[in-house]
Amino acid sequence: MLELTGINAGYGQFQALFGVSMRVEAGEAVAVIGANGAGKTTLLRVISGLLPASAGAMSMEGTDLRRTPPHRIIETGIAHVPESRRLFPRLSVEENLRMGAFVKPARARFAERLDYVYGLFPRLAERRNQLAGTMSGGEQQMCAIGRALMSGPKLVLLDEPSMGLAPVIVTQVFDLVRRIRSEGYTVLIVEQNVAQVLKVVDRAYLIEVGRVDRSGPAAELLASDDIRRAYMGL
Amino acid sequence: MDCALDIFFLEAVLNGLLLAGLLALLALGLNLVFGVIDVVWICYAELVMVGMYAIFHFHKVVGLPLPVAMALGILVVAVAGVILHAVVIRPVLDTPPINQLLVTGGVLFFLQAAATMAFGVEFKNIGVQLGSVSFADMYFSWNRILTFVVALAIVLVLWQFLRRTFVGTAIRAVSQDRQIMPLMGVDTRQIYLITSAIGGGLAGLAATLMVLQFDIYPQIGLQFGPLVFMICVLGGLGSMVGGFVAAFIIAQFITIGGSCFATEWGYAVAFLFFMVIIFIRPQGLFGGKV
Repeated sequence: MLELTGINAGYGQFQALFGVSMRVEAGEAVAVIGANGAGKTTLLRVISGLLPASAGAMSMEGTDLRRTPPHRIIETGIAHVPESRRLFPRLSVEENLRMGAFVKPARARFAERLDYVYGLFPRLAERRNQLAGTMSGGEQQMCAIGRALMSGPKLVLLDEPSMGLAPVIVTQVFDLVRRIRSEGYTVLIVEQNVAQVLKVVDRAYLIEVGRVDRSGPAAELLASDDIRRAYMGL
Repeated sequence: MDCALDIFFLEAVLNGLLLAGLLALLALGLNLVFGVIDVVWICYAELVMVGMYAIFHFHKVVGLPLPVAMALGILVVAVAGVILHAVVIRPVLDTPPINQLLVTGGVLFFLQAAATMAFGVEFKNIGVQLGSVSFADMYFSWNRILTFVVALAIVLVLWQFLRRTFVGTAIRAVSQDRQIMPLMGVDTRQIYLITSAIGGGLAGLAATLMVLQFDIYPQIGLQFGPLVFMICVLGGLGSMVGGFVAAFIIAQFITIGGSCFATEWGYAVAFLFFMVIIFIRPQGLFGGKV
């Protein structure tokens, strides 16, 4: 579904990704794990076009993403839930969801998608007229995921969904991730919370200083001694 | 000096209310553009002037019926707003605010000079008199009443547009987080152009109302431009609600001050009030954005 080959990217003089190759098949849940500053968020930003790649190839179901303008990448079926959620704080929950359905095909099915997202997350329906910025962190994460689902995506990119949330809420957020998996979405998730994320995905890539260090089935990485030592403090 | 709470005072209050409608409309376009694009159109009042001349030209020179001339006038200023953004603002969008002030300030003088070259310095008038209405010994001109009603109607229409439509919601969203707009499938450049067209269109609408009340000359923008900026800053630059409220406050200062002392004193008192408020609340009454 999503395929990256030899992707380089960076900010000005600073190169953050070096020849990253990876693929995500339809129906999979894949995690990208690694230390703070390893380039995980940069990778998602490159996929959704917020940051241009400087070399390499990148495609979504055959569409060349490097030749697609950033605001049209959502039309290939990619929805990105950005780091620290980035809701529109002074728009209501429902207006945030409306922004998620901005693209033409999604606009036509807005009422239907809204019912679907409210059905999936009834809490959002209760809060539909509340300003998004006044909700708790967990509710905001729910709203951010709901906003991404409004476009009817095939692949959902999740950037650090557990960041900045209390431990009990983190557990709820990983439950949300399991639920969108079971709804049939393909998921690519970036997380520092390695122990928890490896329990909800099929495969994972470990990124270190901008390079894919290793990859494999989640269970295998979870059992690996050096990963347990380096990222889970065990 | 006569400032008793009599019928003249009431007349001044009501005239202030009517004046506030026009000021609120003028503040609306400037606030919309600033709130969304983060650039102050210093030449906003000159766009209104362009609209007034366009209406004058289409009506008096070309000979089109006034409503058609007004519709064309709105269109001209809306297009002028788009051109202003695409040609002047876009290249300096990511530069320090002082550059943006200087280029739009340059446009102000350019438009004044261009209007002088095209139409001369003498006062023009479209020659429409709507008369006035008297009510319980008070007189109100139909121009002002019409202006008030239309201005309020436009504020309501714009508000509904911003609240209920996809594009309107996107315009408000851009003002809150422009970096992530591509993730929503929104082309920020396009939203800026639409916003500039609406900002220009609002200046054009103000022009249709102002040609009914005022003579047209190249420097007319200087007569009300500073006042509109003061209203926007008082309300909190970028806050449409703030601009609306501030328009009503300032209009009362002007008309009541004018009725009690003299018109010039009305403006002086209004600016004094403005300075005091800005000392107390530098971010304006409704600081923050829509």
